[in-house]
Amino acid sequence: MAMTDAHPTGIWSWLTTVDHKRIAIMYFVVGFAFLLVAGFEGQLIRLQLAAPGRDFLDPDLYNQLFTMHGTTMVFFAGMPLVVAFFNFVVPLQIGARDVAFPRLNAFSFWVFLFGGLFLYASIPLRAMPDGGWFAYMPLTNPEYSPGPGIDFYVLSLLISGVGSIAGGLNFLVTILNMRAPGMTFMRMPLFTWMALIVSALILLAFPPFTVGLIFMLFDRSFGTHFFDAAAGADPVLWQHLFWVFGHPEVYILILPAFGIVSDVIPTYSRKILFGYPVVVFSGVLIAFLGFGVWVHHMFSVGLGPVVNAVFGGATMLIAIPTGIKIFNWIATMWGGRLRFRTAMLYAAGLVATFTIGGLSGVMHSSPPADLQQTDTYFVVAHFHYVLIGGTVFGLFCGFYYWFPKATGRMLHEGLGKAHFWLTFLALNVTFFPMHFSGLLGMPRRTYTYAEGLGLDVFNLISTIGAFIFTLSFVPLVWNLWRTWRRGEAAGHNPWDASTLEWTTASPPPHYNFAEIPTVDRRDPLWHPYIEPESRRAGDEPGGAVPRRQPDEPPEPVIMPNPSYWPLVLAVGMLLMTIGALGSLGLTLFGLFVTAVGLFAWAFEPPFGEEAH
Amino acid sequence: MEGPTSTGIPNRKLAMWTFIGSECMLFGTLIATYMIYRGRNLVPPYPHDLLNIPFITVTTFVLLMSSLMMVLALAAVQRNDLRATKLWLGLTALFGLIFLGGQYYEFSHFVHEGLPLSRNLFSSTFFVLTGTHGAHVAGGVIWLSTLLVRTVNGKLDARHAETVEIAGLYWHFVDVVWIILFTLIYLLV
Repeated sequence: MAMTDAHPTGIWSWLTTVDHKRIAIMYFVVGFAFLLVAGFEGQLIRLQLAAPGRDFLDPDLYNQLFTMHGTTMVFFAGMPLVVAFFNFVVPLQIGARDVAFPRLNAFSFWVFLFGGLFLYASIPLRAMPDGGWFAYMPLTNPEYSPGPGIDFYVLSLLISGVGSIAGGLNFLVTILNMRAPGMTFMRMPLFTWMALIVSALILLAFPPFTVGLIFMLFDRSFGTHFFDAAAGADPVLWQHLFWVFGHPEVYILILPAFGIVSDVIPTYSRKILFGYPVVVFSGVLIAFLGFGVWVHHMFSVGLGPVVNAVFGGATMLIAIPTGIKIFNWIATMWGGRLRFRTAMLYAAGLVATFTIGGLSGVMHSSPPADLQQTDTYFVVAHFHYVLIGGTVFGLFCGFYYWFPKATGRMLHEGLGKAHFWLTFLALNVTFFPMHFSGLLGMPRRTYTYAEGLGLDVFNLISTIGAFIFTLSFVPLVWNLWRTWRRGEAAGHNPWDASTLEWTTASPPPHYNFAEIPTVDRRDPLWHPYIEPESRRAGDEPGGAVPRRQPDEPPEPVIMPNPSYWPLVLAVGMLLMTIGALGSLGLTLFGLFVTAVGLFAWAFEPPFGEEAH
Repeated sequence: MEGPTSTGIPNRKLAMWTFIGSECMLFGTLIATYMIYRGRNLVPPYPHDLLNIPFITVTTFVLLMSSLMMVLALAAVQRNDLRATKLWLGLTALFGLIFLGGQYYEFSHFVHEGLPLSRNLFSSTFFVLTGTHGAHVAGGVIWLSTLLVRTVNGKLDARHAETVEIAGLYWHFVDVVWIILFTLIYLLV
């Protein structure tokens, strides 16, 4: 019975869990489901564009599909998958038993989930948003977008944005405050460093977007004039508010992938990360510069040559810290004893494909070049190279790397490698031709193209690539099924990696560490330059090097209680959101539920259950 | 779980500072919007037709005094003087309520004078900016009232001084925002 108490199962235990590892799994599963849905939408778009003049999708549905594809990928696939890794890895890497605010963590997940479901509730109502993921005004004002589609967009992003901000706050405090003794900032693993930076980005970038969404909501629902040129306002304000968030958002998606790769490459190169402080500060610099480049999304608006030149120059500057990171990864691999396991293939693949995407990015950082390329498939090629070749490769890299830690089972290497090569092939076959179709002038967000423009072959190849993407999920699913049936046990540290998460069992007990480790160096599980003899001796390395965790905690561990109030609070906010579509009564009822949830949460004792 | 932290700052207090940082971006965006659109209103009434500086100066003074009450409440709870804690917490919340009452009067007066929310660019920016601030004050009043009730019920004493301090951080921040709004909206009209 003690075991049952310590490891509760069943649906109720998932609805009330505050365990960061379980929340990570929920984020991952839901984020992955949204990834498949949004990928399917992309597949439909490619089917429509397979040949000139097809009428597989009508223009209206096409607009809805590319809007849903972009919005879902960024907010309901990319971000939750990133946050899934924050949740699983960060507390383990810093030697903590959970995040700083476990119930807030659960709340973040529930509002994210409800935001995503709310967005997709627009499908049965046949009212998908169709204004692009950027929802430019005045196209999205009530006159030009009279239906409820844009309202679904605004409200779902408002409610999930609350969860994002709460998550950013939670991880910022967790990383600043919950580090194990001796874990100074310059001893933190790179993934934790990037999680810290990204948490700060989320906290600073989401509020302007939230305000923009509130303006849009008010313009649409209450007749205000924030983006109404006839009233003296400027619709370009929306573009500023969107991109002052939207560009940091790009770094919210890519920096965690950089962090994953920075932990994975040293592990499979048997070398410490080359230039650790430089990699850390390059990440800080990318985030800092990332707040000063948003106008490069708006070069064609016509803000003037001085503005465009300044923002173009700032954009070019970002290539420097990014390039530094690329060279540091290469230098880490240089002369290392490389082991090309699946995670390493994805890491090396990221270095290659992200560089291609980065180079085309530098091309349109120059305003004159951008004016030729903007709104063409060249830009589509660029950001898919950085988002798939960067973010998705980084996330798959982390998936193959930490899967044994999360489940205790090893994935099959051959299937993993098949998955990598199919993804790699699919990315290049789908998106490399778009450089050409884009430079030939093929416009984005247009549901078809005419024959005889030289676009046919490139589009056909892109569509074939999209099918390879679909195919690439076969080895992944097969691998998961196979591992679930008969995966080999992973052990504590299957990759002989250097960071704290590998000292504890796989999967970790719900209290993570029986004893909180003490750290006195970077890469605490590797100590080759300091104590070679103890390393050769095998066990019992001296000093404060964290050893393999004991099986049972020596003293009672106090863990946070499960709680259903985060779910109640999130349901209350969902009811308010649904009510905002036109039912004041439902909004007020949602407000009531929210208030009940808040007070009950505040007065519920957060701690108390003893694990042993 | 509630052991010493890496920075020495308690988790909840650090979270409040972090939240305030995020709120700076929220209000920063709202204020920037107001300032960008200042003077661009095309439809009457205009700000100088309606804004009543002497009246708002009084409610501003009340809100500033509530910050003083907040400081006294924290000092009282830290020395476990619960009678004084109740008094100062109650006065902080009351002053916040008076400010909100003033805002309610101002809003309804403006609507009565022909400036509903959807009237023009000024009404849009003014009501959403000051309304967001007012919602923050209202949230603070509810929070402080809750602390007051907890004190009256004997559930809050010097051991919970940190809770009062964190509520105070929030309250002072909301006050500081109002000083900026008062300057930019009213004094510079």
